[in-house]
Amino acid sequence: MLSTKQHIDENLIPILEKVSDPEIPVLSIMDMGVVRSAVLVDGIVEVSITPTYTGCPAMDVIGDDITKALQEHGYESKVKLILSPAWTTDWITERGRKALREYGIAPPLTADADKEALLGEKRIVKCTNCGSTNTKLVSQFGSTACKALFKCEDCLEPFDYFKCLK
Amino acid sequence: MKTNLYNYILELADNCLIAGQRLGELCGHGPSLETDIACTNISLDLFGQTRSYFQYAADIKGEGATEDSIAFLRYEQEYKNVLLVEQPNRDFAFTMARQYLYDVFHLLLLEKLQFSQDITLSAIAKKSIKEASYHVRFTGDWIKRLGDGTEESHEKMQAAINDLWTYTNELFEVTEDAKIMVAEGIGVDVSTLKEAYYEKVSALLEEATLTIPESKYFQKGGKSGIHTEHMGYLLADMQYMQRAYPNMKW
Repeated sequence: MLSTKQHIDENLIPILEKVSDPEIPVLSIMDMGVVRSAVLVDGIVEVSITPTYTGCPAMDVIGDDITKALQEHGYESKVKLILSPAWTTDWITERGRKALREYGIAPPLTADADKEALLGEKRIVKCTNCGSTNTKLVSQFGSTACKALFKCEDCLEPFDYFKCLK
Repeated sequence: MKTNLYNYILELADNCLIAGQRLGELCGHGPSLETDIACTNISLDLFGQTRSYFQYAADIKGEGATEDSIAFLRYEQEYKNVLLVEQPNRDFAFTMARQYLYDVFHLLLLEKLQFSQDITLSAIAKKSIKEASYHVRFTGDWIKRLGDGTEESHEKMQAAINDLWTYTNELFEVTEDAKIMVAEGIGVDVSTLKEAYYEKVSALLEEATLTIPESKYFQKGGKSGIHTEHMGYLLADMQYMQRAYPNMKW
C-alpha cells in the first residue's frame, strides 16, 4: 500500500490511456499519474486511483469512466480510491507535461522554483502562448484547486499554472 | 462499534466541514473574482478531507451509515466542531481572520496526525497537509495585507481578531474520546500544540502591525455539542435539501 510504484497489467494500459481527465481533456489519467494499480484478480479488474486534491470533483467521474472503458473491452471492474501515498505532481509523465503546455496550462516547476513563483519572488513561469517568462501571478487559486492563475506581461495572455504538489 | 474512534473522527472532520461550509457561502459573493475562487477552492479542499473522514466513520458505524448521512442527518448537538469555525461571515477581514486562526491550528494538528498508528487517519493527514499549508499561506497573506494596509482595513482586521480571539483556546481542549485515542497512539494531544500556535499567530499579527489581544476570557462548548446561536442557521441551510426531500440525489 505504501509503495510509490504503479502496478498495472500491461494489456490494460492501452485501455486506461484512453480515459482522460474530465477537467483537462487532453490529458490521459495515466499521464496524470492518478492510476496507481490495475490488476486482474479472479476475472475482475481491481483499479486503485488516487486524487490530485482531496476535494477533486473529477474523481467520481474518472471512476465511472474507467468502469465504462473497461466494460467496453469486456472487463468487469472495481475502482477504489486510495489516499496513500499522496499524489504528487512528480507523477505527471513527460508526455503529460507536454500535453498540458500545448493545452495552455503551464506544467509544474520544481518545488523550490514553485515557491518562488507563487510568492511572486521570481518571474519564472513560462507563458504557454509566447514562451516569455515575464509573467505575473494573478491569483494563488485558478479555475480548479490544482491550478494558479497567471498573466503574461508581454503578450497579455492569461493562463493557468499547474501548482507543484510534493 | 469503536465509539471513541468514531467520535474522534467526527471531532476532526466537523471542523473541516463547518469551516468549509462558511467559506462556501462566499461562492458568487466574494469581494473579487480571485478571492471568491480562492475561498471556494479552500472550501472544496476541506470538503474533500471531510469526505475521507466521514467515509471512514461510516465504515466504523455500519448500520447503513454513509458519508452523506453523517454530514446531513445529525442534529446540532451531535456536531463536534469548535465554536470558531461556525462564526458567520461578516466582512472579508473577519472571514480571513477566522479561517487563518483555524488554518494555523489545522496544519499543526495534521503534522502530528500523520504519525497516527491508525493508517487511514495517517493517510488522510499526509494528503491534507499539502492542502492546509497552502491555505495558511493564503489567509496569512490577507491578514498581513489588510492589517498593514489602509487605516480602514487595519481597523477591520483588528476588530475581527479581537472578536475571534475568545474562540481560539477551545482548539486545545482535549475531549474524553481524544484522551483515549491519544493513549492508543491514534489521536493527537492538541494541548501540546498550544504554545506553537500562539507563537506563530502572534508573530504574524506583529508583522501585520496588529495588536495581540490580551483578553484571557475564552469561550468553549463546541466540542461537546454546545454551539453558538449561529450553528442552527448554518445547519438549516446546509441540511435543507436532505431534510425537505429525504434521500434525494443529484
